[in-house]
Amino acid sequence: MTTKRLEQKHSLGKRWTHWVNFPVLMVMIWSGLLIYWANDVYEVNLGPASFHFFPDAVYRAFNLDHRLSEGMAVHFLFMWLFAINGVMYVLYTAISGEWRDLVPQKGSFGDALQVMLYDLGLRKQLPPQGKYNAAQRVTYSAIIVMGLGSLITGLAIYKPIQVAWLTEGLGGYTWARAEHFVLTLGYLGFFVIHIAQVLRAGWGNFQSMVTGVELVETKLAAKETVHE
Amino acid sequence: MNNATLPPTTPEQELAKRTRRGFLGLGLGAAAAAGGWQWLWSQPQEGGVPVPLRSVLDANARLNQNLLFRDAHLAPEFPPERIQAIRANGDFGLEGALDADAWRLALTPWRGAAPLQLTMADLKKLNKLEYTAEFKCIEGWSSIVRWGGVRFRDFVALYAPGAEKAAYVSLTTPDKEYFVGVDMASMLHPQTMLCFEKNGQPLELAHGAPLRLVIPVKYGIKNIKRIGTISFSDQAPPDYWAEEGYDYYAGL
Repeated sequence: MTTKRLEQKHSLGKRWTHWVNFPVLMVMIWSGLLIYWANDVYEVNLGPASFHFFPDAVYRAFNLDHRLSEGMAVHFLFMWLFAINGVMYVLYTAISGEWRDLVPQKGSFGDALQVMLYDLGLRKQLPPQGKYNAAQRVTYSAIIVMGLGSLITGLAIYKPIQVAWLTEGLGGYTWARAEHFVLTLGYLGFFVIHIAQVLRAGWGNFQSMVTGVELVETKLAAKETVHE
Repeated sequence: MNNATLPPTTPEQELAKRTRRGFLGLGLGAAAAAGGWQWLWSQPQEGGVPVPLRSVLDANARLNQNLLFRDAHLAPEFPPERIQAIRANGDFGLEGALDADAWRLALTPWRGAAPLQLTMADLKKLNKLEYTAEFKCIEGWSSIVRWGGVRFRDFVALYAPGAEKAAYVSLTTPDKEYFVGVDMASMLHPQTMLCFEKNGQPLELAHGAPLRLVIPVKYGIKNIKRIGTISFSDQAPPDYWAEEGYDYYAGL
């Protein structure tokens, strides 16, 4: 015999910062691409296969070309929203104690691999987990570190003379710009996996990021537990 | 209380209620964000960008000027073997032929002193400054170049004493086709120079012969080529790219 009840899953602080971050990060990536277009020098060369970031069709499809000044003006406003929202999230997580559910533990990295294999259908059982599984712990912590990385590499290319020590520490101006770009590719990768996982987890999981609560089944009454 | 008369709500009903409220809230938030975005782009433009964005660019500039900018913060210097070829990007104001012998720098000193027509020899009376630094274009590329010239700070002290008190410097090409305005603090930075040499050779035409500004604390757009006039002002002078939607300050 089971019964259903509502359980608090996501706190208000977490939901607010998550949903504020989503459009802000989108605007940052979009305006960043407007800026990147003006000097789109990055490409990946793997022997015969090479990929240039980005083919002209991409700029045309998303209307990203010849908009450098606009991109800079938007980027240097929304950087504040991105930074403030990120700081709020970290402060909230630290003070509320929710960080305990989120930071990787001993064994999380190994378990994260098992979770990945499970998700890919290559393993039958999930490792034991708390609120977040090991892959989530690793990913949701990494994304915060990446956010910090974007702020640091961003500052290094925004004010490379005033914080020359930082820019030099990142390998110089051209490297810092490349690092800033790679982090952005990381967000795009995160986004693809995150959306796929949310779709897979279903409505109950998705709505809990909006409402904060989830309907869970619980076994009724301890006496029904059979000890063998 | 008539709660007692209501049937007890099931968890499913409670969830449905919370879902309606939650998604209504999210929808209102999304609508507010979309409305804010619409509002931003419907605002009147100032120098090619909506006024709120221009205000934030200016506020960021003040923050940098007050919190980060120091004379002691220097552009890193590089050994000569790291010198790179540099693109010649902007040619506004360089179209006309240059008669190097007839060229004069028209200087309007501070507050009423008589205008001066300076020759290259007048400039070379000052101590020579030379360093190798990374030139940064607002487009995102950069090149390491060795520049030679005279410190702008020394130039002002000799030919326009007192002008350090002005808020801005205005520089234009002889034909006034290209023009920049730069805040005085950046102009007095110890690496800001009136430059006549690139990599040990006289400046080429495409790089700003006979005299250009090299100011490492600014993007390339402020590093005006073929300077014809210099004057001082308390109001922000016209600036070519700031009128096209770019940050007036453009500070690094």
